[in-house]
Amino acid sequence: MMKMEIRHAVQAGIPIFIGYFPAAVAFGILAKGCGTSLVEAFLFSAVVFAGASQFIALNLLMTGMGPAGIILTTLLVNFRHFLMSAYLSTRLRNLARKTYFLLAFGVTDEVFSVLSFHDKRLTPRFVFFLELSAWSGWVSGTVCGFVLGGFLPDILTQSMGVALYALLLAILLPALKASRQTVFLAVMSAGLNTLLIRLDFLPAGWTIIVCILVVALVGAFLIPEKKEMLSD
Amino acid sequence: MTDSLIPLIFGMAAVTYVPRLMPFLLLNRLRIPYRVNAFLKVIPVAAIGALIVPGVLTATPELPAAALAGMGFTLVYGLFRGGIIVPVLGAVGVAWLVLAFFG
Repeated sequence: MMKMEIRHAVQAGIPIFIGYFPAAVAFGILAKGCGTSLVEAFLFSAVVFAGASQFIALNLLMTGMGPAGIILTTLLVNFRHFLMSAYLSTRLRNLARKTYFLLAFGVTDEVFSVLSFHDKRLTPRFVFFLELSAWSGWVSGTVCGFVLGGFLPDILTQSMGVALYALLLAILLPALKASRQTVFLAVMSAGLNTLLIRLDFLPAGWTIIVCILVVALVGAFLIPEKKEMLSD
Repeated sequence: MTDSLIPLIFGMAAVTYVPRLMPFLLLNRLRIPYRVNAFLKVIPVAAIGALIVPGVLTATPELPAAALAGMGFTLVYGLFRGGIIVPVLGAVGVAWLVLAFFG
């Protein structure tokens, strides 16, 4: 039973691993190019564990921005996870406090997405091993990129870059198939995000926050009676 | 770079971790009103659309059509057969083929 659960979690984590690894290789290469040490590059990925914000931090370092500015930017970029954890908290209720301290660390966009549409009850063990799979892809990719440089052919890196988007789509498809409202909301969210990025007045990460707030409000108030789709 | 980046890294880690943690601590024992719960429950759908678009258009920067072809495979295969691993690996394969032939 326990072994099965771990196996399922790792299986669910494989697509995340596949997507994270080449992106992390790119991060490792870039970090080295920016003059960080191996330990620093490793720590970036191991303790921050938030892709986009790590790339942004390297860019800002190169522009000479100080730590305070970079940390504030990181807070803004990663604040969307607040909403994702808020959702996950509805599916992981009444656990010991220390369990939350552990599980909260691994809430990335992709981990959140996979967990959201996992149709069985979420257990701390499942969540932990899914997060661990994702984390290992991110950390091992970073170290490989730093040490080995551009060892992956460019064409492979690029095509593997599609994996994360394909993963998100594949996760969403059953819900899209089951309800028109879901299609409407997902398209609205995609359209709104494209528009907001075009308009270019929000800091990085906040277009997604606005999309989540607006679309979830629409979903919750205009279409309150959707049943199962995201049941616990 | 001569200064150690380690304080910066732990600062970034802290401001990333705290927003990931707070909702769990705040909400887990609270009775959540029906409307709020309805809102929270739609968050995944509301997030995923924006997480895919427009990012996917720059997944294969040299030839966006490659990423789109890959996503097309995911869409068709996923709609008819479902699953995760095959749609994902298939998308990577299709994108690779398009890049190899047209890139």
